[in-house]
Amino acid sequence: MIDTTKQYDTIIIGGGHNGLTCAFYLAKAGKKVLVLEASEQVGGGCSTNVFHDQFSVSSCAQWLYQLNPKVASDLKLNSHGLEIAAKDLATIALSEDGDHLTINGDVLSGAGVSDEDCAAYKKFNTQFKKFAKFLSSAFDRRPPKLVENNWRDRITALKLGLGMKLMGKADMQDLMRLALINIYDVMEENFDNTLLKAAISLDAVLGTHMGPRSPNTVYSYLYKKTGEIFGYNGPSLPKGGMGSITKAIAKSAQSVGVEIMTGKRVQNINLDLDKVTGITLEDGEIISSEIVVSNADPRTTHYDLIGKKNLETGTVRRVRGVRMQGNAAKLHLALDSLPSFKGLTNEEMGQRLVIAPTMKYIEDAFNACKYGDFSEKPALDISIPSIHDSSLAPDGKHVMSVIVQYAPCKLNSGWDIAKNDFKEIIIDRIRDFAPDIRDKILHSELLTPADLENRHLNYGGHWHHGEISLDQILMMRPFPGSSQYKTVIDGVFLCGAGSHPGGGVMGLAGHNAAKEIIRSSK
Amino acid sequence: MKLTPHDETMMLKTPFHSRCEAACEINMWEDWKGYTSAQAYTEVEKEYFAVRNATGVFDISPMMKYRITGPEAGEYLNRLVTRDMRKINVGRVAYAIWCDDDGKVMDDGTVFRLGENDYRLCAYARCLDWLMWTADGFDVDITDETADVAALAVQGPTSCTIFRNMGFEGLENLKPFGMTTFPFKESTVMISRTGFTGDLGYEIWIKPDLAESLWDALFEAGKLYGIQPIGGYALDMLRTEAGFLQAGVDFVPAEEAVRIGRSRSPFELGLGWLVSFDKPIFNGRRALLREKNNGSEYAFVYLDVDGNKPAEHAFIYTDSKASKEVGTVTTAAWCPTAKSNVAFAQVDAKYGKLGQELVAEIYYERELKWTRVMAKCTVVKGPVFDPPRKRQTPAPAF
Repeated sequence: MIDTTKQYDTIIIGGGHNGLTCAFYLAKAGKKVLVLEASEQVGGGCSTNVFHDQFSVSSCAQWLYQLNPKVASDLKLNSHGLEIAAKDLATIALSEDGDHLTINGDVLSGAGVSDEDCAAYKKFNTQFKKFAKFLSSAFDRRPPKLVENNWRDRITALKLGLGMKLMGKADMQDLMRLALINIYDVMEENFDNTLLKAAISLDAVLGTHMGPRSPNTVYSYLYKKTGEIFGYNGPSLPKGGMGSITKAIAKSAQSVGVEIMTGKRVQNINLDLDKVTGITLEDGEIISSEIVVSNADPRTTHYDLIGKKNLETGTVRRVRGVRMQGNAAKLHLALDSLPSFKGLTNEEMGQRLVIAPTMKYIEDAFNACKYGDFSEKPALDISIPSIHDSSLAPDGKHVMSVIVQYAPCKLNSGWDIAKNDFKEIIIDRIRDFAPDIRDKILHSELLTPADLENRHLNYGGHWHHGEISLDQILMMRPFPGSSQYKTVIDGVFLCGAGSHPGGGVMGLAGHNAAKEIIRSSK
Repeated sequence: MKLTPHDETMMLKTPFHSRCEAACEINMWEDWKGYTSAQAYTEVEKEYFAVRNATGVFDISPMMKYRITGPEAGEYLNRLVTRDMRKINVGRVAYAIWCDDDGKVMDDGTVFRLGENDYRLCAYARCLDWLMWTADGFDVDITDETADVAALAVQGPTSCTIFRNMGFEGLENLKPFGMTTFPFKESTVMISRTGFTGDLGYEIWIKPDLAESLWDALFEAGKLYGIQPIGGYALDMLRTEAGFLQAGVDFVPAEEAVRIGRSRSPFELGLGWLVSFDKPIFNGRRALLREKNNGSEYAFVYLDVDGNKPAEHAFIYTDSKASKEVGTVTTAAWCPTAKSNVAFAQVDAKYGKLGQELVAEIYYERELKWTRVMAKCTVVKGPVFDPPRKRQTPAPAF
């Protein structure tokens, strides 16, 4: 039970990693913070769930590659139980003939990759890291508004402008040219190896409603690349799955006085005209608070929690305009023992495996999704975390976690009917590379974007609470007029992935939101 | 909504067109939102004086008419417009304005409460898109019934008498901004005591197929009472004298303004009385509350201009040396009944107080010779024409 006699000055709706991070910074600044999480455990999209007896898996995000080092050290996550089971993993782009391409940091091997491609990849990586560094320089502060006269925003804008200039003329020109085009063209421009082109393209489209030929895919690739600026040279696996990160963040937050309640779903944000007064829980309980911070996505926050009738027409329209169609499903397999992938050693099976033979393959997979169907030949991002982390499955047994691209949130034929077919299609696709996979399966679970939406209450089941694209970043994230973590309602703030800089297990949206809330309450 | 394919006609015709065409001796037509509309039928002054001394008839069928129904129609309108619609009872009409989120005026119009959950919104310009966007989250139905309702503004001192001659007995008891219905040719007409002339007058609403017979009956009943069709030019003089603003002339509808700072708030248009903060959230509320507390940038003023030269498009200065420019005129006319030279102007807020003396720089031409006058003007409490008969109930018989 919530002790309603207790006074909180801040309520945070949603105990995802950003909500908890925000709570930490607010509590550290002296606020009395209550975090309300609808699920029985904290974590949201960064969770570990038991999906079969003694088998658990990271149920939405499956790789750690972007957690901001400042956030991790401020929150002392290591001393709150965060352990890394494996880091800087390679990406292996699987080929049906068993001659795979391995991407290990800057180094390429296998799949007959040419020396020219190897050299081109190094060059490409260096340049894109430079771009990512430039981009990330605006990540840990609020996005600047263009027309407002204040120094904080001007400095951010100046920093961005200066950073652009300092890249040098050639790189600056390249960035201006590349940022607006698509990853397909950039790949064609740089490389010959089809597996390489496809693997990089996949990185650019994972979790989005975009295909390699869609505009904004270069930007979404760069966004992902910022992880390398934060010290990741490839994906990592936390011990105990992704949920252990949010658990550590929660512990850290609790250590500075944050109260966290799970199983408490917020029904409404309560208002007195355009000022917040608190929240009402699903069970009718009312908790008052001067500040309410929503870790929910902008659409859920505005439409469901605040309510359209409490907003002005322009805001309702802008929220509707936020593009947030999740297209990534998750497949979880409980395996009796390790399957055998053609041409992979057991150690290699512990790396990140991708099934996306060509860019056209990914584009074709996307085509189905554009028209409301799932891909007959989906692109897959596979992890077998139990190779590095025995806590996830019983001895000798394994779990496989697969990001499946593409599946629409609203399927033409309805997920109730088609879900099983889609699951079989995905498993068949894996079987093309791991012929014995079906014999190993003890249990399987498919989470469609619709399931993810139901579970995490994020509209459209979108990882990032809104597409990461140039029209939805910086002062336009989540939408113009609500970009500096404030909403149009006094006292209601946003701290989730829908806000600048965006999604991914990074923690900066929560960090930045906390700074803004502290500043505005001074 | 009836739509006419674009290849059938460039210009639509109102249900009264056959009658308007016959009456339009000088063939002066204009395009009013796609409809053929008379600018003048005979002579502008004659039409103007018909309204002030007898009765003028203006075809308002092109006026955009939106029917808003459904269980949340009232709540919806209250969110759309700035005034408190909860105070408008069934059978009443309200003049209202609506704003965008920034509190800038998009348009003005009249809202007719036809039933408990049944409203008609009439506006000069199309706004279905904004109405639909605003409907997101409300249980309402919105229909464009512009082509389904024909309407005439029948304005002037003898208007009530003419209607009574037609058999609409009891109309004299209708209060301003009220509405009522009468049987007409096995159907009904709705009459509201509303208008854009500042005089005693009515607007009559009818099904399009009865439009021509209504026109005929009306002009027959008004034959001895000086009835006369009037066009847009005369209406413009009338509305100026009566102090009514026109969207697109006296302010730029917020949606159409491209340049920053060109749109205006209700306070800046002298329409602050239409803004109620004692009601639930409405579009523009936050911005307007801020403006109310911090002050407005501009003021709308009625100017009484010296001399008889209309101050059309004049710059407004603080003195006759033109040392400081403080605004511009949006509408100006010599008003024959009020015998006054009136101008509407947008000025810097601090020069908008009653009694403020300003100077208008007026250019006028006589046989290709241009002359410039620096005319003194004073901010006055408008409008300059406001006769008791406008409000009298029962309406006086002339």
